[in-house]
This record gives sequence, structure tokens and C-alpha cells, in this order.
Amino acid sequence: MNREELAKRVLELLTEIAPDVDAAGVLPGVAFRDQFDFDSMDTLNFAIALHRELGVEVPEADYAQLASLEKCVAYLAARVR
Amino acid sequence: MPREFRLPALGADMDEGTIVQWHVAPGSRVKRGDVVAVVETDKGAIDVEIFEDGVVREIVVPPGQKVAVGTVLALVEADAEVRVAPTSTAPAEGPGGAPAAPAASEPAVEAMATAPATVASRVKISPAGRKRAGELGVDIAMLHGTGPGGAITLEDVEAAGPAPSSAPAAVADLATAVEAPATDARAGMRAAIAAAMSRSKREIPHYYLSTTVDVTPATQWLAAHNAQAPVAGRLLFAALLVKALALTCRATPGFSGFHRDGRYEESPGVHVGVAVALRGGGLVAPAIMDTAQQPLSVLMEAFRALVARARAGRLRASELAAPTIVLTSLGEDSVDAVFPIIQPPQVAIVGAGAIVQRPWVVDGAVVPRQLLTLTLGADHRVTDGRLGAQFLARLAARLADPAAL
Repeated sequence: MNREELAKRVLELLTEIAPDVDAAGVLPGVAFRDQFDFDSMDTLNFAIALHRELGVEVPEADYAQLASLEKCVAYLAARVR
Repeated sequence: MPREFRLPALGADMDEGTIVQWHVAPGSRVKRGDVVAVVETDKGAIDVEIFEDGVVREIVVPPGQKVAVGTVLALVEADAEVRVAPTSTAPAEGPGGAPAAPAASEPAVEAMATAPATVASRVKISPAGRKRAGELGVDIAMLHGTGPGGAITLEDVEAAGPAPSSAPAAVADLATAVEAPATDARAGMRAAIAAAMSRSKREIPHYYLSTTVDVTPATQWLAAHNAQAPVAGRLLFAALLVKALALTCRATPGFSGFHRDGRYEESPGVHVGVAVALRGGGLVAPAIMDTAQQPLSVLMEAFRALVARARAGRLRASELAAPTIVLTSLGEDSVDAVFPIIQPPQVAIVGAGAIVQRPWVVDGAVVPRQLLTLTLGADHRVTDGRLGAQFLARLAARLADPAAL
């Protein structure tokens, strides 16, 4: 999966766990928390979705690396085959 | 003889709803807990469950119609002759304050002169009185009418409401929302919050206590648990708080129940409501049912599902009406402490700020520790500061021993 595909997939998962978020308007460099009040429950649901859909198990200690779309893609690119 | 299935109470200061959809038709077999209808309210679309087994005989209220709490929605032929008494979580005893129980002597349906969309109401009140009640944020279910046949008059509403000059800005929003109830869901939710909070500040003499707790052991226990658990089995700190709060309620009566008609009644079951902020504004506080009995893993699953449904606007009526106490947790990167407002007819609310690393004295040495400030807002009609302090101390003690939760 290239970075473009990864970003698209991440946005799909984001919309799935937070249907009240406008995926089209997501700013890649801005933290989800600052853009749409992403909270600890959202982060947990996001980690569960990444594990289920992409097979990547993100340890709690790495949650900070999922903070924005840009960071997510960088983190996942090194881990998704 | 068919049973009357009525619109249940939907939580504080929500006294009507619009039937959006029926999941059943005449002849459908239903069992206790089945979601039978979807009702649009100020807090989003609500799934309404039925509380007995039987067969639907007749749909009384068609989709699209707005009706008051307590209105007969359908007739159901019960399976058994003997009806099981509803539990504290059953809609008939919901804390909405509206009389959901049938009152045979008065007509169940009363036409509204000023609002054609609102066709039914069980509270006898003049149209002018109802409109004024909306403007003042007065809960008409709480009033005793002095008009003909006990009807609530404009004067009764005025007497119960705040003086116009002291009406907070939120009440002005409420009045606007009442004028156009169906057009703006967000304004509707704002109005519901305004009504409940105005009533709380008007009726409940709050007292507040706060305590700062070293939650380092709990955060370490949680990190260790989450490191070895599968992703889907991870816990949030809030789940520990919810469980600790429920156990504390069970051990310390006076905080988990309802104050109605001048007296307090402890709820037999503890159902902790969790305040869920909605993106775009507003919040709801649905309950995790029978919180104290749930193992942490089950509680966490219920919590996750509840938040998801709250944000998707698909809560169940029983969840909205059930909370016996609420926890509001502002979460990471927020503030140190929150001083929340009680949701009537509840009598207490617990607030949790962000967990922050700060200097703390342990065994005579200053060390960095994870600190959490807990607050209790409680109803002085029911308890005093001394018992409140005991309550908070017990809650803190529960958090010091997370493995026992």
C-alpha cells in the first residue's frame, strides 16, 4: 500500500469510528484532537480499527504517533505490508 | 385486555418526541427489551424499547406525529395475565418528572390550539401557560394547577418561573427553540440542556467538594493491563472511574437516586450516567446499566458502545432515563477540575479533571506523581458536606486499589 492509499484508508476508518467527522475536510498536519475534539475513546476505537483492518497493533505508548493524518501515515507506512 | 404501550420518560426536561419509525406492526410478536420504535427528541433519535412480552394489537400513533411523554403509542396483548412490575429502570418510573403512569380520570389526549404539530399532551395546561413555561424553562410536570380541574394556568407558570429580568441568556435560547422545535436539532439540544440546568440551579442547593488523588498506582496498573491485553480489550481510565464510582455509591447511600415531590429516594440499582460530549456542541449523559455488577471488561464494552451510539444519535430511551448519578470526565489535556451541575431529579454528580504529572510529597520526599482532581456536586437537601467528604474519600480509596475494581 503506498502512502496515498494509506491516507485514503485511514480517512475511511476515521469516518467509520467517528461518523460525525467530515473526512473531506481533514487537515493532514493538524492533530485530530484540535480539529474535531478527538478524545481517548476515539483514539482507542481508532487503534482497534487499525488492528482489525490493517493488522497493525499500535501499543498505547505509540498513540501519540497517531495524532494527525500525516503522523498516522508515516507510522503505518513502516508497518503495513 | 391489551396493554397500553406509552412513550416513556426520556430524561430530565424532555417531555415530548416525534415518532419517526415503527419497527413493529399489528400482529408482531415482541419481547421485553425489543426496540419497537424510533423517536426523534431534543437529544437525537432514541430507540424506544418495550418492557413486556406480547403481540402488538394496534399502532395508535403513526410516524410523523409529535406526542407528549406518557401518550399511548400502541396496544399490546400481553402473554401472561400477571404483569411483572417494572424495575427502577422501566420507563414508567423514569426520572423525567413527567407523569408516565396512566391517570384514568383525565383525557389522555388534549388538542393544542397554538401548535398544530403537537397534537397530544397529558398535562392539563392552557396554551398560553405552555408557551410561557417554555419561555421560562419551567417544567410543567412539576407544577400544581389552580385552574379548572387542576389545569395549570398562566399565573401558575409565572409564579414558578424566574423573574423576567433575571432570566439567564440560555432561557432566551430556549424560547427561540420552542418556537421552531423541529427545524434545528442543535437548538433543540441546547434548549433541553438549558431547561435541565436552569431547573437544577433554581431548585437544587448544590454544595461542592474536591480532592486531589495520587492515581499513579491506577495509571501503572492500567498501562500494564493494556500492554498485555488485545487491542480491543484495552481499558480507559474513565472505565475505572465509572466502576469505582458505582461501588462507592453502593457503599454510601445518599448520592445515587432521585429527589422527587419533596423527598429523596435511593435507587435500588446504581446506573452511572457518563457525560458524552458531542462534536459540534451539546452533550448527553446516558447510563451504563447496573454499573456496580459489571466486570471491568464488560463495563468497558458497554461504555464504548454507549459513546458510539450517543454520537451516532441512537441511544435507547431506558439509557437516557436511567442514570442515578452522573460522571463527567473532561479527559486528557483539559483542565485540573470541573464543577458540574446536577441533573435533576438526580442528587449528585462527580467531576474528574485531567490526570496531570505534578510534584507530590511521598514519604517526606517531593516526587513526580500522576494526580487527578475529583469533585463532588451534591444536593444539600439530601446530604451534608461531612457525608460528601466521606463519599469522595471512599471513591479515592477505590482508585488506589485498581485490581479490586
